[in-house]
Amino acid sequence: MFNRFFFHIGRYFSMLQRVLTVPGKWSVFKKELFHEIDSLGLTSLPIVAIISLFMGAVITIQAAFGFTSAWVPLYAVGYTTRDSVILEFSPTIISLILAGKVGSNIASEIGTMRITEQIDALEIMGVNSRSFLILPKIVACMFINPFLILISMFLGIAGGWLLGTFAGVVSTYQYVYGIQYQFNSFNITYALIKTVVFAFIIASVSAYHGYYTEGGALEVGRSSTKAVVYCSILILVFNFILTQLLLS
Amino acid sequence: MIELKNINKSFNGRHITQNVSCTFERGQTSLIIGESGSGKTVLLKCIVGLTEPDTGEVLFDGKDALKMNAKEKQNLRKEIGMLFQGGALFDSKTVEENITFPLAMFTEMSEKEQKERAQFCLSRVNLKDAGNLYPSELSGGMKKRVAIARAIAPNPKYLFCDEPNSGLDPKTSILIDKLIKEITDEFQMTTIVITHDMNSVMEIGEKVVFICNNQKWWEGTNKTILNTDNKELNDFIYVSKFLKELKDKNKS
Repeated sequence: MFNRFFFHIGRYFSMLQRVLTVPGKWSVFKKELFHEIDSLGLTSLPIVAIISLFMGAVITIQAAFGFTSAWVPLYAVGYTTRDSVILEFSPTIISLILAGKVGSNIASEIGTMRITEQIDALEIMGVNSRSFLILPKIVACMFINPFLILISMFLGIAGGWLLGTFAGVVSTYQYVYGIQYQFNSFNITYALIKTVVFAFIIASVSAYHGYYTEGGALEVGRSSTKAVVYCSILILVFNFILTQLLLS
Repeated sequence: MIELKNINKSFNGRHITQNVSCTFERGQTSLIIGESGSGKTVLLKCIVGLTEPDTGEVLFDGKDALKMNAKEKQNLRKEIGMLFQGGALFDSKTVEENITFPLAMFTEMSEKEQKERAQFCLSRVNLKDAGNLYPSELSGGMKKRVAIARAIAPNPKYLFCDEPNSGLDPKTSILIDKLIKEITDEFQMTTIVITHDMNSVMEIGEKVVFICNNQKWWEGTNKTILNTDNKELNDFIYVSKFLKELKDKNKS
């Protein structure tokens, strides 16, 4: 078991060594990068928006439900929603959702290219297939995910306000006062640092599982599942490590 | 010219290719034939560098590919065109983008020149109007022809085809065979085709290498193959009752 663990670690870093090289042709890399930004980032916007709106709303209602004591001011609802969304919900939960959507997409795309000999075709042409296929995905995820997370933060807090006032659990004044109360801008920086690290994990770990797929359609499905599972575990582990490093 | 010297390859202690040596001339279409599992594709992968042989030499115009450094290997690969069994076209790109891809990667051609070259290659394989289609919109035969167009786009010196006729009807198979032969003659390439289709052997087999029991068993041409005394080769060629009867008829 340990042998296999170290084998995968070694092969992953060996893959990264070939991935993180200067692209053979910048014009081709740029084209691939924009394509990936569109297919991995922009297409994720609707799911991120929907989840963020409703999660923000649920956090607000749950907070209001919990703060029944007269000693807790009602603006604490806005305060709690803001911190929950910025510190944990947007960077971590949305990244876990992106691990499912983007991670399985990357693993199955590269895995299918492997079993249909498209990667062999690239190698025969003299193309560094690892760098050509994986580097644009990593760069695209690390570039676009922070924007997705910022949008998620905004929509989460906005969703909390919209549904909180609609449900009558908090007034606009109290909510807005709460989200401004003792605001620490470092929390945003912390969330974005986490997002960039998670984006790297999602793209590289999924690409690793796709790139080394062997067999047929069944194995592509397995690679895709493995990619999501390992990405999710690594996101949770690195969430702990980064929180410890940045907030303690 | 490509020269193989004592190529050996084994996987998990199982010999797949044993001591294979032969020469493939420039401007000639050479066929490697043999039963499924005889090691033809592994041999081809050893030649093109997708798999490294355990021992032996693979000489491209006298230079051993196995002793080349990374830069030399990359330069060699730019001179190689390969037609894969399933075509291996890039799904996310149109036919034209598939063909211009190696040109965009390795040449200084302008976009206009790349498109002109793609059109030329497409017209060469009789698919002039397919440039804007995606691989999923093509039939099996069309995919093979696009793959040939992509392989010849950078003007390679060496062309490798892995079972170009698999899954095609006899008429389309002959078309593909003729196309490979014509292109080889026209561009004076060294062409190696892996197949187990005897129609291809008779149509374009200027040189035929028969692989059996993971070794080179026989070497000749399409003119000599039908009269061979080699038992294993005869078993391979005359496997069907129809061909056996035809052979007996010719003898009598």
